[in-house]
Amino acid sequence: MSAAPTIDPAEPLRILAPDGTLVGGHAPALEGEALLDAWRAMLRSRVNDERCFSLQRQGRMGTFSPVNGEEAAVVGSAWALDPARDWVVPQYRELPAMLRQGYRLAQALQYYRGHPAGSQIDPGAHVLPFQISLAAQIPHAVGLAWGLRHQGLDGVVMTYFGDGASSEGDAHEALNLAGVRRAPVVFVLKNNGWAISTPVRKQTAAASFAARAAGYGIAGELVDGNDLFAVHDACSRAVARARAGDGPTLIEARTYRMGPHNTSDDPTRYVDPVELEERRALDPVVRVRRYLQSEGLIDEESEQRLVAELRAQFDAAFAEAEASEQPAVDALFDHVYAEPPARLERQRADAAAPPARAAPPGAAAPREERR
Amino acid sequence: MPELTMVEAIRSALGSALAADERVIVLGQDVGVNGGVFRATEGLQERFGADRVVDMPLAEAVIVGSAVGLACSGLVPIPELQFLGFGSQAFHQIEGQVARYRFRSQGAYGMPMVIRAPFGGNVRTPELHSDSHEAKYVNTPGLKVAMPATAYDAKGMLAEAIRDPDPVLFCEPLRGYRLIKDEVPEEDYTVPLGRARVVREGSDLVIVAYSAAVVIAERAAQAAAEHGYSVGVLDLRSLVPLDVDALREAVAPCGRAVVLHEGSLTAGFGAELVATIQEEAFWSLHAPIGRVAAPDAPYPPGTVEDLYVPTVERVVAAIRAAMEA
Repeated sequence: MSAAPTIDPAEPLRILAPDGTLVGGHAPALEGEALLDAWRAMLRSRVNDERCFSLQRQGRMGTFSPVNGEEAAVVGSAWALDPARDWVVPQYRELPAMLRQGYRLAQALQYYRGHPAGSQIDPGAHVLPFQISLAAQIPHAVGLAWGLRHQGLDGVVMTYFGDGASSEGDAHEALNLAGVRRAPVVFVLKNNGWAISTPVRKQTAAASFAARAAGYGIAGELVDGNDLFAVHDACSRAVARARAGDGPTLIEARTYRMGPHNTSDDPTRYVDPVELEERRALDPVVRVRRYLQSEGLIDEESEQRLVAELRAQFDAAFAEAEASEQPAVDALFDHVYAEPPARLERQRADAAAPPARAAPPGAAAPREERR
Repeated sequence: MPELTMVEAIRSALGSALAADERVIVLGQDVGVNGGVFRATEGLQERFGADRVVDMPLAEAVIVGSAVGLACSGLVPIPELQFLGFGSQAFHQIEGQVARYRFRSQGAYGMPMVIRAPFGGNVRTPELHSDSHEAKYVNTPGLKVAMPATAYDAKGMLAEAIRDPDPVLFCEPLRGYRLIKDEVPEEDYTVPLGRARVVREGSDLVIVAYSAAVVIAERAAQAAAEHGYSVGVLDLRSLVPLDVDALREAVAPCGRAVVLHEGSLTAGFGAELVATIQEEAFWSLHAPIGRVAAPDAPYPPGTVEDLYVPTVERVVAAIRAAMEA
């Protein structure tokens, strides 16, 4: 029996080794304040994950999907953008990227608490709301990128999806259109190994998602998704290409979902604990910590102070979210339309003060009496 | 005043919108060089360029889905679905995204978009080209659904739909593209959505219809007159918003109604009309409301489609049943 031909996957780009040392010859572009800012965002993400899980278990928050394990993929990519002109079009596991674009943590917590204001993006924040329908946001990202370019703007759009969403038709249609229109968009496919319980080998027979780029006539690159510097490097080059009018890039960030799919999921039912331990050894946060420590940029004490500060910021944001006013029945009707049909306005009025009788006001008398 | 066919009226409205507002962008399969398979966009790419009248890959979901992003960038996209029957391949984008983006984002991102889609039968197309799927879209909160029946309305309602900050599914009867022809002003004007049109007054019964079925309704009313019945016709123009006042005012005085559409019967828009009429005018009814629609069967191949689409004869039979009840 002969094996079917496959595209040989290149080795993922790696700049920062798991032990925190730089792979020969590389000097990370992410340095100074930007690097410390990225580190803060990664730690903040861990703090958020821990706090959100605990609050969900206490019944003070709804369903939540942790970023746990994907911090380098999300932060490394988002830190390649200029939030003043570039956009993020997320799925739902990219909160650090959204926060950098101006989405507020208190709003994210409102969202997780089921408050409508949670997705009311502030004016000027270049980010679209969480997207629950997998892959549906990818066509939006392409249209947004195309629209910016159409209007002579030089913004680049970065959109996120996973190995699971890559199976959706929308992913294919959007990648194809992006190639045709040379839209300034960067597709960050976070291959975290799992779509809830479905492992990546059941998602695709292909050895690499990045290799799909060739089929769309666009650039593609495979990176170690747990390597902050590699992700940032590949994304920076992709953003520069997009901004220069050289079209889109598909980046496969190979990472690992170290936590559950969400707060309702029990991964012990399907994740091999040995595999999980192996992957934990590649933890993206640990890797950056080792690097920063070796560079003398942080130490244990400064990290503890930072964590305490991030926890306090989270707690303040959560207090704000928890203090949000309970929406009234109008919340069902507001913003459904800009110019609502009269019928919906009548339903709004009825919901506020249900009609006393079934017959509409002004209804004529029963038929028998009329005859 | 010049007479235009419906397709000419639509082309005129698109041309005016592209000329008046830089933000307007037309996209779809074959809309550019070919001018659309029904020529609705003929000449527009020559006038406005390939960046504003854009030929798209054959992929309904990304035609609509990219329009969501175009709208987020500040443009006013007019995506075309070549046939409403293929709208199913974009339905998740229309229902799950276009229709609820304003609600999801609490007004941060509106969807000022018009999705144009030809539909309707009797033209011997291959499968899925003729389906009347409007009820699925009516049951999609956040979307408006326009169903013009005349060339005049097609131009004015399309202009209004493009101006409207909410997304509008604009259904164009492909049977009527050239058969429907009436006086259309050369200048621009709008016809509001949600305002029904009294096509014909009648004291015994009213037929409630929309789009190309209005023509069937008019012929049936004519035929019923020969049996001595005075039958009116109400053209709804749009299903969302629905002109509930006009519906009540049309039905209450005569107490009899027949609702008519090309889509299949069960949970078709006629069911909503019957429910609304009984809410609004129950005590004035003298007879059960007649429903004339396609059977609960898929749209059939050409040799049998004339048996499927409601006919004048079936509407007249429904009128007689209501009058003799």
